[in-house]
Amino acid sequence: MDKANSTIETQAKVNWRWRKIKDELMMRVVQVGGAAVIGAIALIFIFLLSVVYPLFEEPEIHESARYQLPSTALGPSLMLGVEEQAEIAFRVTKDGSVLFFDVSNGQSVINYKLPISDDDAVLGVRNVSEASRLLAANLKSGGLLFFKHEYDLEFTETERIIHPKVVYPFGQEVVDLGESAIMQFAVGENEDNLTIFYQNEDGKLGLTGFEKVSSFISEDVVLEEIDNSFLNSSHEPVALLVDPEQEWAYVLNDRGTLALYDIRDIASPDLQEVIDVTNQSSKPTGIEWLIGGISVLVGDDSGVVSQWFKIRAEGDVPYTLKKIREFKVDSSGVNKMASEQLRKGVVAAAESGKVNFFYTTSERDLMTIAATEGEVQHIAIAPRSDILLLEDSLGQLSVWDMDNHHPESSLSGLWGKVWYEDYQKPDYIWQSSSASSDFEPKYSLIPLTFGTIKAAFYAMLFAMPLAICGAIFTAYFMRPKMRALVKPSIEIMEALPTVILGFLAGLWLAPYIEQHLPGVVFVLIFVPLGIILSALIWWRLPFEIKSKIPEGWEAAILALPIITIVMLCMSASTAVEGALFEGNIRIWMSENLGVGFDQRNALIIGIAMGFAVIPTIFSIAEDAIFSVPKHLTSGSLALGATPWQTLVRVVLPSASPGIFSAVMIGFGRAVGETMIVLMATGNTPVMDFGIFEGMRTLSANVAVELPESEVDSTHYRILFLAAFVLFMFTFFFNTIAEIVRQRLRRKYATL
Amino acid sequence: MTDNKKIGFFQSGTPWVWLNAGAVSISMIMVIGLLVLIAVRGLGHFWPKAIWQIEYEEGGGITTLIGERAKTETVSARQLREAGVKYNFKEEFVERTLLKIGNRDVYGFDFRLTVAPLEKSVSLPEELIVLERTEWGNFYGELVAVKEDGVITQAGVEELWAKLSSRVERVAELRERIGDIEKSEIGAINFKMEKLRLRTRAMELAGRDDAEEQAEIAGTKAQLDADYDALKTRLDVLYADIRRDAVTLRVMTGEEVSINLSKVVKATRPNAMSIPTKIQHYFGNLIDFVSDDPREANTEGGIFPAIFGTVMMVLLMSVIVTPFGVIAAIYLREYAKQGFVTRLVRISVNNLAGVPSIVYGVFGLGFFVYVLGGNIDQLFYPEALPSPTFGSGGLMWASLTLALLTVPVVIVATEEGLARIPRAVREGSLALGATKAETLWRIVIPMASPAMMTGLILAVARAAGEVAPLMLVGAVKLAPSLPLDMNAPFLHLERKFMHLGFHIYDVGFQSPNVEAARPLVYATALILVAVIILLNLSAIYIRNHLREKYRTLEQ
Repeated sequence: MDKANSTIETQAKVNWRWRKIKDELMMRVVQVGGAAVIGAIALIFIFLLSVVYPLFEEPEIHESARYQLPSTALGPSLMLGVEEQAEIAFRVTKDGSVLFFDVSNGQSVINYKLPISDDDAVLGVRNVSEASRLLAANLKSGGLLFFKHEYDLEFTETERIIHPKVVYPFGQEVVDLGESAIMQFAVGENEDNLTIFYQNEDGKLGLTGFEKVSSFISEDVVLEEIDNSFLNSSHEPVALLVDPEQEWAYVLNDRGTLALYDIRDIASPDLQEVIDVTNQSSKPTGIEWLIGGISVLVGDDSGVVSQWFKIRAEGDVPYTLKKIREFKVDSSGVNKMASEQLRKGVVAAAESGKVNFFYTTSERDLMTIAATEGEVQHIAIAPRSDILLLEDSLGQLSVWDMDNHHPESSLSGLWGKVWYEDYQKPDYIWQSSSASSDFEPKYSLIPLTFGTIKAAFYAMLFAMPLAICGAIFTAYFMRPKMRALVKPSIEIMEALPTVILGFLAGLWLAPYIEQHLPGVVFVLIFVPLGIILSALIWWRLPFEIKSKIPEGWEAAILALPIITIVMLCMSASTAVEGALFEGNIRIWMSENLGVGFDQRNALIIGIAMGFAVIPTIFSIAEDAIFSVPKHLTSGSLALGATPWQTLVRVVLPSASPGIFSAVMIGFGRAVGETMIVLMATGNTPVMDFGIFEGMRTLSANVAVELPESEVDSTHYRILFLAAFVLFMFTFFFNTIAEIVRQRLRRKYATL
Repeated sequence: MTDNKKIGFFQSGTPWVWLNAGAVSISMIMVIGLLVLIAVRGLGHFWPKAIWQIEYEEGGGITTLIGERAKTETVSARQLREAGVKYNFKEEFVERTLLKIGNRDVYGFDFRLTVAPLEKSVSLPEELIVLERTEWGNFYGELVAVKEDGVITQAGVEELWAKLSSRVERVAELRERIGDIEKSEIGAINFKMEKLRLRTRAMELAGRDDAEEQAEIAGTKAQLDADYDALKTRLDVLYADIRRDAVTLRVMTGEEVSINLSKVVKATRPNAMSIPTKIQHYFGNLIDFVSDDPREANTEGGIFPAIFGTVMMVLLMSVIVTPFGVIAAIYLREYAKQGFVTRLVRISVNNLAGVPSIVYGVFGLGFFVYVLGGNIDQLFYPEALPSPTFGSGGLMWASLTLALLTVPVVIVATEEGLARIPRAVREGSLALGATKAETLWRIVIPMASPAMMTGLILAVARAAGEVAPLMLVGAVKLAPSLPLDMNAPFLHLERKFMHLGFHIYDVGFQSPNVEAARPLVYATALILVAVIILLNLSAIYIRNHLREKYRTLEQ
């Protein structure tokens, strides 16, 4: 007996220990699991933020090397350039050497000699096209020599070797532009044509147009002169420019004026405008293209870089130059500028040796470095904008590593008006991509936010009265039997996939409403009137009939009159349209009221998205009204108030926080809804609040553009920012609503 | 509203009460109207439609038109005149019909408009037939001849029709056999070939120079090539066989067009059908719709892959979301210290249910696809790079994203269920000496299981209808293969899949021929709505049932 007892006891002990362990284990599992789920949810927030954050990070720049000019004996450079990998750079010197060297240490890689005679010299070298790496050199003996820097890549087992070379796309012959040497020149080049704008030793401004002709025998391209002419200029030109399409030529004078010539007809250039581009006292120091050939950058000796482009003018000339924005470098004056090759960034050097990096679109002053004790002579930006190369007057080269991934984004660029290239005025524009590579992306979130608010506004306009009134009736007047029918129906309404609502709105409702526009207006007017009329008829009916149907079934009684009225309105629509609006109300509206009509417009969105938010608002509001303590209403009714008075004076005031939170949550849902807006609007980012115009919302924009955007690009991060904005917005509204609801529940509990 | 005539109508508040009632009424009418609209249009799609022969006055003469009436509406004469219809209408309003005339390869377009006054005579000739084809849409015409194995038969309508029907059946059978070979057998060979290619690449990457393994790979490859050749021969025979017969039809322009039967999926003669035959065809069409693959850029055929993809995705999501949602709810309700932090977490979880679904999609794309998927590819599938394995949207990432989206639903529902269990039950268990884990496992969880079920059903209903996040993480217009097949490892989590909701979006808005695809979109929508309503109704039923149960417990 004793023995048996003890075994049972030990068994129980073992059991107990085992149960204890299981208990502990379960607790651990649940705790870890629960924390993991909550952590996963928090991860959404953290991850979105981590993707967005780099947009607002300050760019970084630091010096990675500084060395004497390679082959110092050849003298200072006339031109400095870097290839795409930023491993090899080159400089061109006076004797016609094109010297390629290693960027990291300045060691010479190879030296090419341009095909010029020994007693000749190169006076200057200019970039013709960054994309095709075409350069042009003006020679002392006269004429221009075109050449390209090119790179062959060789892959071995372990590394990549770059072999630089110089090629002559138009042959090794000098392009002849008359006897005298060329002092200044600019070249415009596209696929078919090439135009040289120059000033020769005599001070004359010449313009010569060429056609690129490919030879039949070899692959070579030869330049054939089409036309030429000379211009008159009263002042000494400081710099010349021709745009890549060779339609406009610019001459910057030492007086600070910029002259714009229409050169579409090379034989007779037409002076369009002469405009002052510097502040009164300052003198211009240089002029440079911003990539794309639309904006002109002018630097002056007061240290200001200003951006100009032509906009359509109202006077007798078609175009006029306009100053868009300016940046201050340093009061010592700008002596050199260069623009990025793939973006709209600018590097400007001051005479003090200070170098600034600006971004035009976002108006960001990105970084400033004190680059040298002397003066910066040449600036070269690597095509990927990761390396900056500076040559100074002390014969030194400095190499700067740049970490500058998202200069396009700034608060003013995202949320403010920006004056984009080729636009008439500053505006809010969303246009994230285009076919051309030198396109200026337009990332204003305002049109999208506007579209979002507009869609939500019309949806709420439609949903709020229906949902709140419906909730009042269902919670306060309706018979329980009918309520048991209505509530699940509304819940099903909530569960309907929005893709179906969007599809019906886009493919059925939009064309239907387009055909029956007057009918819709009639419905808005006659349905409420009809309801009141029905009420009046019911009120007048003899008691015997009324008593057959108890109170609280009004909603069911109304179904028939409402359907009848809607049908009548719709069938009358076409007739009315024919009689009053000449058979087509859309044309009539645009002719007489100036109101445009998109088939997929805000009205459609209002109805479709309203349909989606009605159940959300309805359920929460109904809950709030229904849970108003019964003794409050009973007291009021006992004191002789009518049910309506009780509702307005007692029930609604105490339930109003709940209704408020219902509206908040409904609004949150409308803001984030994607499929309906995607399918039932034209998705054009316009800023027009009209009910018959479309819109593009943040959510639809993300859905459309994110799959196509390049990972970690500015566009990608800005789309994440849009998602983050949506997230925070709905989270904020929902939190407020939730807190209000919890307060209300506690209040009811105490009552 | 007692009949108190002393109070005025407006003073009594009656009109306002009625206006509120009107709001309920309108909402209900909208819901029911919408469901009816989808049901009618969706179900109507499968009904064999009459083919009209219309003598139509046009360009000074009379032309014959043959086709289905797709849509009829009333328009004003003025609108017609502006649209370029030349006719002096006496009527102010006329009926305009969108006639589906099919035969896109012959006429170049498959719809045209007709107006009622110009239809001189309409008839429903029994000899008109409809051919559903694998490409170019439907074909309408009058049966002229059937060519069988080079022998041309021209006979009476009935005889020809009987012949055609049997020939079409034969072709259908052959097509099925071809499909079997192409999809499963050749598909399997291709799959194995790809595996071999990846193995070779993996060897290259690892710098392994194993002659034995290479020989083995070469051997398998040769074997597969031989298998493929054998299949190819069989296929060629079948293809020759399926192309044997043809049919000649006279179209409305009087032209005679010969169509090879290999292009014909189905031949019907709707005008000659009796109601029972039509019903039979109706259900036949319905079954084909849910079991066939789509054709012609999704605008024709069935939606089987979309249904399959949706079900797979939802199942996978349920497997992920249920344990995590339940554990999180138990943690919040049973283990976590109830205080400010728990309240905060609870509010956050509640709010997450209201965060736009597109945000989850963005997170899924950025985190799951690019970060997790990208790293998985680097680590485990370097041989397949640069083409991504898990580094692009797919079934797994879609399921995970939707699990994250629906986890708040499960948490909230489960918590509610846990909260409803009376304290007494729990305390009784603990008082009898059970540990907390035992109480949970034996008492609390079984009692709360219907609530969990409700949560899961609601989650599934939400996931099945959600499209926006799927657009980013893996739903595609046309998936080349199902995510589940006979090739090991059978379930291919990395594959892209089709989805009912995305299918609706794609066919309705991205397809080249929206007008032709419209009925199909309604039918797809109907199926999606039916599934979701069914799920929701069962959730509502379980919940109500549950309430009753606890009401008795509490008393």
